[in-house]
Amino acid sequence: MNPVFVASDNIISPLGFTTTENMEALIKGITGISLHDNACFSPDPFWASMLEEGKLAEKFSEYANPGSFTRFEQMIICSVKDALSRCNLDFKGERTLLILSSTKGNIDLLDHATGSRFENNRIYLWHTAGLIQRFFGLKNKPIVVSNACISGVLSIMIGSRLIRWGKYDNVIIAGAELVTEFVLSGFNSFKSICPGPCKPFDKDRQGLSLGEAAGTVVLTVNREMAQDGCGISVGPGFSGNDANHISGPSRTGEGLYIAIRRTLEKADCSIDFISAHGTATPYNDEMESIAITRAGLHQVPVNSLKGYWGHTLGAAGVIESVASVFSLRENTLVNTLGYTSSGVSQPINIISKTKQAELNSCLKIASGFGGCNASLLFQKI
Amino acid sequence: MEQLIAKLKSEIIEVLNLSELSPDEIDENAPLFVEGLGLDSIDALELIVLLEKNYGLKLGTAEEGKKVLRSVRSMAEFIRENNKG
Amino acid sequence: MNENPAITGYCLIHDRQVVLSGDLLFTSNEKQPGAFFTEVYKNYSLNYPKFYKMDNLCKLGFLASEFLLKDKEITTRYSGEDVGIILYNAASSLDTDRNHQQSIQDRLAYFPSPSVFVYTLANIVIGEISIRHKIFGEGTFFVEEHFNPALMHEYVSRLFNDEIVQCCITGWVELNENNYHGALYLIEKTSPGKEGIAIFEPQIIEDIYLQRR
Repeated sequence: MNPVFVASDNIISPLGFTTTENMEALIKGITGISLHDNACFSPDPFWASMLEEGKLAEKFSEYANPGSFTRFEQMIICSVKDALSRCNLDFKGERTLLILSSTKGNIDLLDHATGSRFENNRIYLWHTAGLIQRFFGLKNKPIVVSNACISGVLSIMIGSRLIRWGKYDNVIIAGAELVTEFVLSGFNSFKSICPGPCKPFDKDRQGLSLGEAAGTVVLTVNREMAQDGCGISVGPGFSGNDANHISGPSRTGEGLYIAIRRTLEKADCSIDFISAHGTATPYNDEMESIAITRAGLHQVPVNSLKGYWGHTLGAAGVIESVASVFSLRENTLVNTLGYTSSGVSQPINIISKTKQAELNSCLKIASGFGGCNASLLFQKI
Repeated sequence: MEQLIAKLKSEIIEVLNLSELSPDEIDENAPLFVEGLGLDSIDALELIVLLEKNYGLKLGTAEEGKKVLRSVRSMAEFIRENNKG
Repeated sequence: MNENPAITGYCLIHDRQVVLSGDLLFTSNEKQPGAFFTEVYKNYSLNYPKFYKMDNLCKLGFLASEFLLKDKEITTRYSGEDVGIILYNAASSLDTDRNHQQSIQDRLAYFPSPSVFVYTLANIVIGEISIRHKIFGEGTFFVEEHFNPALMHEYVSRLFNDEIVQCCITGWVELNENNYHGALYLIEKTSPGKEGIAIFEPQIIEDIYLQRR
């Protein structure tokens, strides 16, 4: 079995266009979530983390004409471009694969006003993946994972398996999601949107804030490429289903518990911190606290970064994994922005203040509609 | 009132896709959730949409929601009280 | 131990037909996918009222899994977490996405529906099958332009190799406007004397899908 290392990464969000810019903002406690009043997205004002108009196109114009690409495509290309520029990867070779992670992709094209500018095929996720492949001149046909809010964690897990199995030497995982009227109206109908910035695990939490972001993780079998002298490897990971309800999380945290337990069984280390899903909906956070406790991890420091980036759906697992890798390298536990006092039934160890700590391993977890859950280990080499 | 209850029953069957039920099989006094029709959280949200769409009524707090969505009769009473004007 | 994963059953739902492991179970003249699925459901008295709440993609996956798993007793023969569901399609949940978009297109009739929105994710079909059959294991929904037997075979074989699954439902569930194509395969480890009904390899997966067998 081949080992798998993180070679490079990127985060694009309102907090910055690189991993470093984003993480510096997190450490300073700056959020990307703000109040928006834009009738193109919602009849009422709403809180979300959204890229400033024009900023993305300006960045993208360094690489190609923004008029020929959708916002979603621009975001992914910018993210992959930055990640590839930070590692010496033979990305055009036969041993490299791209995995695209997104729930809704170019869904804003369903709206006639936006959609009429592009050909019909653009709506399909496989089309986006092919377009990114051609843009970068990648040899292999990409894979697309579209599995609700665990897509990102699942994609990194699948990418690491493909390397471990010897199928590829390098896998580029790109996750992205837009804030759209489509998704916003849906979560509104679910009464899941918080009337302010979201407050993960807090007693006053009232729902999630949506966010848009793109993230890239480059995985490799080559130890020399594990960057910065402080290399990170990707360990075992599993997914599990609640088999209970298509939208409501399990009351026993069954699927997440199974995913965590199976990961711990294969892990050769203890867990130093957990990067939780922590959407700040009453049921999700409660469920996570139960699953974490059932897995015997209630004393392990845990954070949710949704207070910084909002819930970025198909990108969430990717950008939060990038943050986990950063935390391990910098020995820094990032706080759960929006959290003041616990609003979950289990006494889990929620990080309320950003601090230094000796960190060697991180468990990234995620849960989503369809009863899906995922758990993945990151470790210092 | 009885007319409104009958209308509501057909609307509920339609929006919740309870295709195997006829309006007569719904007891307007029975609880809609858990027992009774055994509806779930998505159904509850869908009933809120029904009240907005067909009757122009918005539910305020979660507490009020619980009270109004207890049974078909409580929904009908809520509609009648709020549609007076 | 000579235990290679093999195909121990398959169900095709396509072009107004239901085929189970080579046998034609049901045909109809109904062209509308939704109406056809309801006809199948009623004909077999499946007695699962949640069926009516599902979108067409989930109805397709649900029906195929009902036939595929009937009498297979997978829940008694396997622990729920050892059963995986790995599905693929091209259009993701686009059919329901269009319905949801319709409900928000007009500002004067702006009524997004939670029971429609929840189905705007393709992996909900994995959730529905999991709920019905108490399956807790590995699940992934992949989007591919075309039916891809090579990827399907390789990924699931590796999951067996790594003992991530002991049993796996895999296949294609595509629904886009009036076109639908469901092809679910049950993959299990078998031993000599209990070989299943077909070898699990790309060519055979494709032959089954194209009804060349």
